[in-house]
Amino acid sequence: MNDVRADLLATIAGIGGVLLVASIIGAILQRRYSPDGENAAVENLNDRIRAWWVMAITISVALLGGRTGVVLLFFICSFAALREFMTLTNASRADHNTLAAAFFIVLPVQFYLIWIEWYGLYSIFIPVWVFLLLPVVSALSGETRNFLIRVAEMQWALMICVFCVSHVPALMSLNIPGHEGRGVLLIAWLVVTVQLSDVLQYVWGKLVGRHKIAPRLSPSKTVEGFLGGCLSATAIGMALKFMTPFTLWQAGLMGLCVIMMGFLGGLVMSAIKRDRGVKDWGHTIAGHGGFIDRLDSVLFAAPIYFHLLRYYWSV
Amino acid sequence: MTAWAITTFAHLLTAVQPQWQGFDPAERHQRIYFANHVSHGDFVLIWAVLPKSHRRRTRPVAGADYWRRGGLREFIGSDVFNSLLIERNRDGVEDDPIAQMAAALDEGSSLIIFPEGTRNLTDTELLAFRSGIYRLARSRPGIDVVPVWIDNLNRVLPKGSFIPVPLMCKVIFGAPMHVGKDETKDAFLARARTALLSLKPRQEDAP
Repeated sequence: MNDVRADLLATIAGIGGVLLVASIIGAILQRRYSPDGENAAVENLNDRIRAWWVMAITISVALLGGRTGVVLLFFICSFAALREFMTLTNASRADHNTLAAAFFIVLPVQFYLIWIEWYGLYSIFIPVWVFLLLPVVSALSGETRNFLIRVAEMQWALMICVFCVSHVPALMSLNIPGHEGRGVLLIAWLVVTVQLSDVLQYVWGKLVGRHKIAPRLSPSKTVEGFLGGCLSATAIGMALKFMTPFTLWQAGLMGLCVIMMGFLGGLVMSAIKRDRGVKDWGHTIAGHGGFIDRLDSVLFAAPIYFHLLRYYWSV
Repeated sequence: MTAWAITTFAHLLTAVQPQWQGFDPAERHQRIYFANHVSHGDFVLIWAVLPKSHRRRTRPVAGADYWRRGGLREFIGSDVFNSLLIERNRDGVEDDPIAQMAAALDEGSSLIIFPEGTRNLTDTELLAFRSGIYRLARSRPGIDVVPVWIDNLNRVLPKGSFIPVPLMCKVIFGAPMHVGKDETKDAFLARARTALLSLKPRQEDAP
């Protein structure tokens, strides 16, 4: 147990070091190009770095707090994400009870199931039970206009913001031989690899990006940024293999897999934003937009990562 | 204390975000805020985003028939938010509502009024304005009249429901206006209504 703590502290110290370097670069850029805050790009970069500090500290405290801390943190993230998603849907006055049920029954129940580690129920609760029962609540209101759209949107919001998010704390319940009690490091590895891939794709894109991948969805994503970010983040994932039960090449493959899912998740979430005509999901995190803007890549990666681990490594 | 608890709850629930369009909240002017009225929580949301120094001096104008029914409602309406209660059923009531409001302005308070007169429970964006706002603005022409659009709160707590659902809200403040010297009632009401509607965010405007 003690070496979990040591490994965790090492990881946290590493993240702190990276952020410190980022803060120093940010401060130098600000002194040189934007002493009075006139360069929007530099200001946004520094906003982002500040927000990263807050996020890194929050998640570190949660990870150090063990299972309680992690479940609680992702419960709060899930709530904030669901609020952002539901705000952008067509849910109308007739769906009020359905929405209340989503926020005050489905969300807490899902995290309670994660908490008691009832795999058999938490993996089907939203896709099966809620999928079938939720439309009943909306149907009882008698409003038929846009019915399918409203129900589909609410169900998908729950899949993305509750089901997917809850699979991050669920990683702690996996029983992997030789890796007992180290579930918290699996989470740290996932979050660090996927988030660094996001950052590195951005950095590579800024430095050498020429060819846009999906200009209509996300104008800032480029082929060069994607390849550079993907490969360098995979290398980092391999370097961090001490956090995982993986061998070196397994860490590489798994890294590639979660990074791809993260990238594709980001594209899908962008498509939704374009459709709804907004730039960000919310306004809660300075420089980043909303919670979903920051979580989008982790959202898609978490359940896949969970099930690959469960299938191949867990007993 | 209770006010702090209620506004904090409003923040947690709706992550309410203020937007200032042609309006500087830091200026310590006395103001008449006029807003669209969709929920009993309207003035709470405006209160929650106003700078702290303004809150204590800003009184919501509310219907006495609703907020004077005793108990928790009366406590929240009168004691916590210091509402100015107006008798909507005017039979046999001596006080002229405009005079009441003007008196509160003369004491240095700012006011929050809902010129639709009642909560808008229809699908239209904004009901017709009652004339009170014109008469009030006319009687105290020096005071800024500020349009305030409350966005999305109607989905948080629709009429007849008791559980608020957490959706994100915005409160958008527009540029202050004044009654023109020779402006007629209808012209001013139309102008105020347009000013308020123009604050409403439109999906296609988003970048």
